[in-house]
Amino acid sequence: MTTLDSSKEIQKNNSEVNETHEDFRMFGLITFLIADGMTFAGFFAAYLTYKAVNPLPDGAIYELELPIPTLNTILLLVSSATFHKAGKALLKDENSESQKWLFFTAFLGIIFLICQLFEYFHLPFGLTDNLFASTFYALTGFHGLHVTLGTLMILIIAWQSRIKGGRLTSQNMFPLEAVELYWHFVDGIWVILFIILYLL
Amino acid sequence: MTISIDPQKTNNESLQPKGWLRYFSFSLDHKVIGIQYLVCGFLFYLIGGTLASAIRIELASPMSDFMPRDVYNQVLTLHGTIMIFLWIVPVVNGAFGNYLIPFYVGARDMAFPRLNAVAFWLIPPSGLMLVASYFVEGAAQAGWTAYPPLSITTPQSGQIIWILSVLLLGGSSIFGGINFIATIIKLRRPGLKLMQLPMYCWAMLGTSLLVVLSTPVLAGTLILLSFDIIANTGFFNPVLGGNVVVYQHLFWFYSHPAVYIMVLPAFGLVSEILPVHARKPLFGYTTMVFSIMGIVVLGLVVWAHHMFTSGTPPWMRLFFTIATAFIAVPTGIKFFNWVATLWGGKISINSAMLFSCGFIINFVFGGITGVALAQVPFDIHVHDTYFVVAHFHYIVYGGTVFIIFSSIYHWFPKVTGKMLNEKLGILHFIITFIGFNLCFAPQHWLGLNGMPRRVAEYDPQFQFVNQISSLGALLMAISTIPFLINVFLSVRDGKDAGDNPWNALTPEWLTSSPPPVENWQGEAPLVEEPYGYGKEIPEQK
Repeated sequence: MTTLDSSKEIQKNNSEVNETHEDFRMFGLITFLIADGMTFAGFFAAYLTYKAVNPLPDGAIYELELPIPTLNTILLLVSSATFHKAGKALLKDENSESQKWLFFTAFLGIIFLICQLFEYFHLPFGLTDNLFASTFYALTGFHGLHVTLGTLMILIIAWQSRIKGGRLTSQNMFPLEAVELYWHFVDGIWVILFIILYLL
Repeated sequence: MTISIDPQKTNNESLQPKGWLRYFSFSLDHKVIGIQYLVCGFLFYLIGGTLASAIRIELASPMSDFMPRDVYNQVLTLHGTIMIFLWIVPVVNGAFGNYLIPFYVGARDMAFPRLNAVAFWLIPPSGLMLVASYFVEGAAQAGWTAYPPLSITTPQSGQIIWILSVLLLGGSSIFGGINFIATIIKLRRPGLKLMQLPMYCWAMLGTSLLVVLSTPVLAGTLILLSFDIIANTGFFNPVLGGNVVVYQHLFWFYSHPAVYIMVLPAFGLVSEILPVHARKPLFGYTTMVFSIMGIVVLGLVVWAHHMFTSGTPPWMRLFFTIATAFIAVPTGIKFFNWVATLWGGKISINSAMLFSCGFIINFVFGGITGVALAQVPFDIHVHDTYFVVAHFHYIVYGGTVFIIFSSIYHWFPKVTGKMLNEKLGILHFIITFIGFNLCFAPQHWLGLNGMPRRVAEYDPQFQFVNQISSLGALLMAISTIPFLINVFLSVRDGKDAGDNPWNALTPEWLTSSPPPVENWQGEAPLVEEPYGYGKEIPEQK
């Protein structure tokens, strides 16, 4: 029972020790994004199963046009690059440069959402028309929700990277890195979604 | 990049309320949050238990006389949902996980304390919502599985509240899971290796992986189901061209792992309790770790064994039968390890030990019927009968709930600094064990003879056996009384426990009882051999 006595030893000097630990906020975010990705995986699995076993009923309309989603894919891919630029600029302490790139990224996100809405209003089917129409709106809508949240977060960090009174500096990069990772994630999901919904 | 913790900021105790009040606050202390989970879960257990008693009273006679048929369906739905989402999952993960994991990894708190508090405070409102859903016009009555088209065609307002509540609880569970993974992987004390962690850490790591990978799928599924109910889409509605089997696949992709989410932490807890009270090292540590991870991997690919009667194609039946049978291997390894831990030990017969042994006995029964149910020809015969009810109650009650009680008897001295009364504890065990087996063992026979589950009325030839079962349920209800008396008496004037009443070696016993706010005075101890009983132990660093 030697171990038991050692408990008394540790009590003698108390805890004014300055401890450090690794920054694991990014680790937590990645775990969350895996969970979020599983939600999409469930939706994709449902859609692919429907596609395999449920025939489109006679007379039901489910046709998609390619131009707008292709444009949207390009918009998101470019926005990922511009976001990366923003991060690089902030690392070099060029806050206003970084802010410019962030606003541009958010602008691309907003254009994406506008294009998405434009597509919704010009499609020949509505939410409840048939199974595939419902799945289409559920999937793109859930992704659009992610883009909306991402755009809002980009606007917030753009505001926070202002020179006077902003909390985002080259010493405190985490908020930008976190939103950037999220944005790349949303971008990646869109590419998979584009392939599964429009190309397959 | 590292973060430095400013002791001025973190030790600011004046920000936290003191005494009883802190259990009603947005406390960031993992120990407070653990107790919040436990007490909150127990209150819901009492509600769920009352509902179970109502079910057994109804089933004491073959006619539907105690309550109308639709009320019976609502009661069984609420009973299942409360017991799973508000009692077992939050308590066996949230309560014991939050209390013990930071001690085991040598940390002062969880990795994300605020997220932790948010995860807890999602539970009381969603629990109240769930209970409230019973009182609205048209309460949920599609069972805890909420299979469409039943859940779409029955009255909808209750069902929608039910879905929202389960979504919130799922969110709480995911936040908890993220926190546990980050704490176990990233917040370990320097010098503490993964293979030196107490077994409960491994169990929680495995459980949290399952939570993070499978719970979001349930969330997505329930969102689609709510679209079907509210917006009149047809994802799962065959009338509108939808596919009900897709719902079942997605639902069981979560809900089979959910069985492991409920039982893996119990495996971890029993692995902590047995070595202490048998004064022997845990047998086969490495095989234990690998069998937990094996269960995690296999647990994700066996879900369709719940669907053998849903028009599953033959290749799928074959695959899922074989995969399910494989799970018996790691589970069997764990079972034999526990028995080998007890073998030749200096066993103290106390309440914690008795409940753990009760767990081992019950779990073998539940495990054997589980392997039997995985076989397609047998499953088709007993599907949706009381055999299934008996099987899963042997797993979740005979398994997990027994371990929850065992853990309460084991860790109560640490949490409160007072011992529980052993006489009342043993009385609690005896009544629970007899009541439980009297209640559920006869249901195997009922199921084999074809009594369907979830129906208020049955063939009069089953009446006698059902009455035995109801008698068992009565005993289970009574068994709560000595437990509650015990807790209240012991909190008020129990025997002083001291820091380490069991002479245990795991780290939580190396601090005072109850532990101070940041767990340790000074640096966290490095415990390299948490199960080194009967060995010469090197001095703790």
